Amino acid sequence: MSGSGTPAGAPARAGEAGVEGYEIVVGLEVHCELATATKLFCGCTNAFGAVSNTHVCPVCLGLPGSLPVLNRRAVELAIRIGRALHCEVRPSTFHRKNYFYPDMPKDYQISQYDEPINVDGYLELPGGLRVGIERAHIEEDTGKTTHVGGGGRIHDADYSLVDYNRAGVPLVEIVSRPDVRGAEQARAYVSELRAVLVASGASDGRMEEGSLRVDANVSVRPLGSDVLGTRCEVKNLNSLRSLGRAIEHEAARQVALVESGGRVVQETRHWNEAEGRTSSMRSKEEANDYRYFSEPDLVPLVPDADLVERATAGMPLMPAARRKRVAALVGDALGGEAGASDQVATVVDLGLDDLVVAAVGLGADPSLALRRAANEAAQRPEEARRLDATAFADLLGLEVTGKLSSTQAKTVLAELLEHGGEPEEIARRLGYEALSSDELAGVVDDVIAAHPAEWERFLGGESKVAQLLTGQVMKATKGRANGRTVAEALDARRG
Amino acid sequence: MSEQLSSEAVAHIARLARLEITAEESATYAGQLSAILEHVEAVRRLDTAGVPPTSHALELRNVLRADEPRPCLERDEVLSGAPRAEDGRFLVPRILGEEP
Amino acid sequence: MTPPVGGATEIAARVRAGELSAASVLDEALAAIEARDRELHCFNSLMGERARERATEIDRMVGAGQDPGSLAGVPVALKDNICTRAAPTTCSSRILEGWTPPYDATVVRRLAAAGALLVGKTNLDEFAMGSSTENSATGPTRNPWDTSRVPGGSSGGSAAAVAAGMVPVALGSDTGGSIRQPAALCGVVGVKPTYGVVSRYGLVAFASSLDQIGPFALTVADAAAVLEAIAGHDEMDSTSLERAAPRCSEVLDDGADGLRVGVVSDFLADASPDCASAVRSAAEVLAAAGAKVDDVALPELLHGLSAYYLIAPAEASSNLARYDGVRYGLRVDAPDVETMNARTRAAGFGAEVKRRVMLGTYVLSAGYYDAYYAQAQRVRTIVARAFARAYGHFDVLLAPTTPSVAFAFGAKTDDPLEMYLADLFTIPTNLAGHPAMSVPFALGEAGLPVGVQVLAPALGEREMFRAAAVVEAGAPPGVRGPVGTRSAR
Ligand SMILES: [Mg+2]
Ligand SMILES: [Zn+2]
Repeated sequence: MSGSGTPAGAPARAGEAGVEGYEIVVGLEVHCELATATKLFCGCTNAFGAVSNTHVCPVCLGLPGSLPVLNRRAVELAIRIGRALHCEVRPSTFHRKNYFYPDMPKDYQISQYDEPINVDGYLELPGGLRVGIERAHIEEDTGKTTHVGGGGRIHDADYSLVDYNRAGVPLVEIVSRPDVRGAEQARAYVSELRAVLVASGASDGRMEEGSLRVDANVSVRPLGSDVLGTRCEVKNLNSLRSLGRAIEHEAARQVALVESGGRVVQETRHWNEAEGRTSSMRSKEEANDYRYFSEPDLVPLVPDADLVERATAGMPLMPAARRKRVAALVGDALGGEAGASDQVATVVDLGLDDLVVAAVGLGADPSLALRRAANEAAQRPEEARRLDATAFADLLGLEVTGKLSSTQAKTVLAELLEHGGEPEEIARRLGYEALSSDELAGVVDDVIAAHPAEWERFLGGESKVAQLLTGQVMKATKGRANGRTVAEALDARRG
Repeated sequence: MSEQLSSEAVAHIARLARLEITAEESATYAGQLSAILEHVEAVRRLDTAGVPPTSHALELRNVLRADEPRPCLERDEVLSGAPRAEDGRFLVPRILGEEP
Repeated sequence: MTPPVGGATEIAARVRAGELSAASVLDEALAAIEARDRELHCFNSLMGERARERATEIDRMVGAGQDPGSLAGVPVALKDNICTRAAPTTCSSRILEGWTPPYDATVVRRLAAAGALLVGKTNLDEFAMGSSTENSATGPTRNPWDTSRVPGGSSGGSAAAVAAGMVPVALGSDTGGSIRQPAALCGVVGVKPTYGVVSRYGLVAFASSLDQIGPFALTVADAAAVLEAIAGHDEMDSTSLERAAPRCSEVLDDGADGLRVGVVSDFLADASPDCASAVRSAAEVLAAAGAKVDDVALPELLHGLSAYYLIAPAEASSNLARYDGVRYGLRVDAPDVETMNARTRAAGFGAEVKRRVMLGTYVLSAGYYDAYYAQAQRVRTIVARAFARAYGHFDVLLAPTTPSVAFAFGAKTDDPLEMYLADLFTIPTNLAGHPAMSVPFALGEAGLPVGVQVLAPALGEREMFRAAAVVEAGAPPGVRGPVGTRSAR
């Protein structure tokens, strides 16, 4: 398989409570609602939170005689997702998945089965781990059921009410390979996937509105084993927090079961956020038999060059590529500098990478550009995304050449973010006139005079003392002096 | 010889098809369905090696619709056929099974 | 009995010319229905009021010098599995009793746009599953030629309504022969177009990959006129072909000179003598008109029946899942939704529908899919290849429509297999997606009509109509026109 790479071998959370000696293996299924104007097979508006049963027509209500017609935009977005996840985008067909459920108008779901549009890709996480993507296929959403009475719980309810506004909303289901190890990586995977889906324009990424829905297939195995354990599918994960907690609790449950001589049964389990545990969902044991067959009302979907080109036109770089781009800029300068990859991830996350790249293009120091963007500009991401790259580059230039101290530069940057303007002018307004060499020379002389013992040690070759002397110069100039210039001045006096 | 369907198998199919059937009906269906399967046995044994399946008579590909909204139904039209409705939604009795 | 106003093309021409009022045509049709339908039970419901408004509008348009369309003032009956806002659509099933769709099928809109008067919804075998119109929750339709016999099915109501002179034309649906077989048994013309020529939007699905809407008429010319009005691309149906409606009316006088006609010899052996000899006579008529006629052996076509009885129920089991008591139609109450679904379906579906839903569920279920469903889809390919071989040498094929003339009520109801055999000669066409039509050609056993089937390759409607027109013209006297008027013609 292409590109899935090997997952980091080390167990992600070896110290996780209750799972010592075991590795947690996770595969994730993410349902992503596509940001189309209309539903997958009809012209009803794809809207969230509308009055119930007002975004419904004969097609999405499954009325007798109605027929589906595939939404071009949904196909394009699915192709974008496939491309963003490095999948093979291939000829595909639709199938019917037959099962009875009141929120499903036709009592079958139109989905892609053995010929999905996207197969064999991967998602690269910020740490470099590649999680394999088995498939990303198109399918339709179901309606929404509300349980009345019995505290809103399904089986205790007196009755249920069905709203079909969501029925037929386009989804792409993204199925990962079991390459994820533990809760931490699972969260990283979903948050990276979310970023990719948003960047590709396929989804608004709102987990709380159900735009992204995550199911986790969780299994455990003894450390060192390469045999997959029996998995359970955990549903109802409505946030990254739930996802992490649910995986930890489910893994601990499975380990406890195995340790006590039991066996994990493959089943679907429901995550209860309030109780903090998973519970079996099957009310009665009956194997599902979906009786898949080719959907006769739809024709094959063959993403030819034209369709793929139209779909991916104007598609921006994905986060992993953007991280690579920034990392390449700073690569040599940073070497193995601690925190560099975090800074790269931060600027990409906040969409400040274009600013960094542009500033570097204008001649700014890459390492300083990244640092100021990831640390200071990142405090006000919205303003920073609007920041003029030339102004940012100018500011970095003033700092590098010593015209501004780092403290001054940070203040100017804050001002720049808030009100905009020219860095030099702001610096002047703030009184950050660079010290004239005469003024600096005077201050250096004063400091030497005030610290004769230290000066002697410095002359004796004890270079550590330089820091102390420089600090004194900085103090005397209220930070206006540039560290490097001061060091040069001290050296010059040593002769 | 084709498969003779047992009454248990028929009961299982009826469950999948969501049809309530009596034991008596189950026996009748077992006989009738077995007879039909017997009839198609010749086709089942036809040598079709190398013959691709046809699911569509047409050679159509990529039939796509523009992502443009069309009018929806009025809500009273949506609910006009509902055996029971409440609060603008379709009312159904308690659900025992879980959505897969 | 007074013959009604004549054929569709004649009515439309006179209405458009202002010689005949649409209102009077409608009155005659409604009067004919009133006179005979209690006995024949062709109709499940009537749309008289709406049709009268339309008739008034059409007469007003003619008076104002506007053209109301190619079917101006022509009364049309619709099989009751075609959705209409103006009347319930029941599919002759208890499960849809009283359900009125909130939308019109595409064919309904096209007929209305052509000036037709939609007079009512006709009886059928429940959800179009049957070959006799005996499987109807509203009771059987009777054959106007002999009321102790079936009209064929599943579009028996439409076929009988045309044969009885209630309406000059009607629409039916053909999944395995449901237009052609009743047309043959009732002595009228019935056309199944190429799959994708007529939009299925608004046709309640039985087996989606096989279903196609088509016309019944008293003449080949009328059938062509109706087909032209309803055919053509529809963006609401993904399987609708992107091409203009076939202009079949243009070729009706072209004769058969040079036409290559193959007689499907395998079918003749399985047909009753009257049905087989009608095909031979029709072949002679074509040959006399200059066609090159030869026999063609296509034994693979006989496998079609078995493949059909796996594919159609499989698709049906899925298509009919939606009748679950939640959104429309019948509900039988129960404490939980699963039981409610199961009881509703048990009470709402008739025996044949349940049998096919069960069969279809079985052949799609885990462990059996490959042996049955996938195998049937391969046989479908074999059938299509056999046709392709034949059409390498012939423009059209000739075959019996049915194995026999109309049979008596109850004759085949005890054995489902016996009933299925009624579609032996019509099914292969549906599997291949080709067009075929039945033309009344002879009077056979007991003086009952016999149909001859003209088959053509995909989109070969023009050649098919050309041959059909020649066959029709060569039919012996007394075979054409509504029942009871034939001797007069
Ligand atoms: Mg799915
Ligand atoms: Zn809709």
